[in-house]
Amino acid sequence: MLEEVFRDEWGRVLATLVGYLGDFDKAEDATQEAFAIAAQRWPESGIPNNPGAWLTTTARNQAIDRLRRERNLAEKIRRLPVPDPIVDEFDDTVIKDERLELIFTCCHPALPMDGQVALTLRALGGLETAEIARAFLVSEQTMKRRLTRAKAKIKATGIPFAVPDAHRLPERIDAVLAVIYLIFNEGYSGRVDLGGEAIRLGRVLAAVMPDEPEVHGLLALMMIHHARQRARFSGEDLVLLDNQDRSLWDMDQIVAGRAVLDRAIALGARGAYVIQAAIASLQAAEPIDWPQVADMYRRLAELTGSAVVELNRAAALAQAGDAGAALELVERLDLDAYLYFHSTRGELLRRLGRNDEARAAYRRALELATSTPEQRFLTRRLEEL
Amino acid sequence: MQYALLIYAEPGYDDGLTDAQREAAALDYSALGDDPRCVSSSQLHPVEAATCVRVDGTRTLVTDGPFADTKEVLGGLALIEADNLDEAIEMAARIPAARLDGVVEIRPVVQR
Repeated sequence: MLEEVFRDEWGRVLATLVGYLGDFDKAEDATQEAFAIAAQRWPESGIPNNPGAWLTTTARNQAIDRLRRERNLAEKIRRLPVPDPIVDEFDDTVIKDERLELIFTCCHPALPMDGQVALTLRALGGLETAEIARAFLVSEQTMKRRLTRAKAKIKATGIPFAVPDAHRLPERIDAVLAVIYLIFNEGYSGRVDLGGEAIRLGRVLAAVMPDEPEVHGLLALMMIHHARQRARFSGEDLVLLDNQDRSLWDMDQIVAGRAVLDRAIALGARGAYVIQAAIASLQAAEPIDWPQVADMYRRLAELTGSAVVELNRAAALAQAGDAGAALELVERLDLDAYLYFHSTRGELLRRLGRNDEARAAYRRALELATSTPEQRFLTRRLEEL
Repeated sequence: MQYALLIYAEPGYDDGLTDAQREAAALDYSALGDDPRCVSSSQLHPVEAATCVRVDGTRTLVTDGPFADTKEVLGGLALIEADNLDEAIEMAARIPAARLDGVVEIRPVVQR
């Protein structure tokens, strides 16, 4: 319970403190101290009515105390301006939400990508350094260095704590969404629940950028995908959509994801995230409207120019009953090094009764398969022919 | 904060430009020089004019050519005063070399 409150409030409190102090490290120290005090007091006194405001005020006072102590030490050298402490204002409405500024600082393209990811999870997501290290399979020491380097670069290069100018905003939002999506995809392989963390971050983004269509598009995409998480694996084996046990799907989250998708569409989202979310939503329906899925992949392919997307469109066309058109599309693609190109081609040829060619395609796919589940699956297919 | 904008481009990067493009580039370079935030800006002679110096004990080693043998070479630099990195990026993005296959490296200057 306490942990939940902490996780929810961390980013908000830290953001306010960074805005107040203009220094990441000092803000983190003060926030940490405030949370430590809360951890000590709240179990006895109960959680205050407005925990966020309590924590922010306490953190601010901690920071001021610290500045005072430092000033006393340094008094003979120079005088630092020390703000007055705020004692009693536990009113949330007066505390500005500066998480948006914090997001743009953490996801600044001048930082290395791994630094952006780590900093976003730490500063905004409130994850401990050790947890982030575990999620990315590196030592805590390495992760600590990564965070320190990122914060040092923010300071040294003057990365601002600010929302970018309007003309830069679209590209900077893209950069933020890329970081969140990367976190989500790391979670796809199922270590620490990074998928859940990415969704939590996506919710923060949606709260602070309520009118940005692609923000909602990405959140919807992540929610609907993540809702199928438990059905995606059977032991070590990957379970394809067709064979997933739908009773394992989190239907509430799918419904919630669809509401977010509706909001994205209502805002006029046309980007890659919202189309992918629409595909995920269609694929969560029963029965699946494959012609429409194929049409969505067509739009996505137009947007991205990706041959892999075209391959997915072909698969959807085949599911819609038109294996001939699907094969025609596949034959135009230049994806010889891609396993799923050959397995899809094999499947289409099989459906069209061209078994010899299908076998050759499956064999080629088998050559490219690296994981045991994939190899098992393809061998089974070959035997069936 | 003070930033150095180091302008890198391939030698002759502007050879293929039309007159209109060349004129636009010249205007942008002079706009940079005239910007009140610009402390100083200089164009460098080509790398053929470069000389490298090293000192080994008491001997001075002088060699011909630039320090690093790269495709893009340092062609000019500007020292600017900007509030933060984003402002420096805005100024760097207006430097013609940046849009003509070159690159502008931004380095904060150590303040003493």
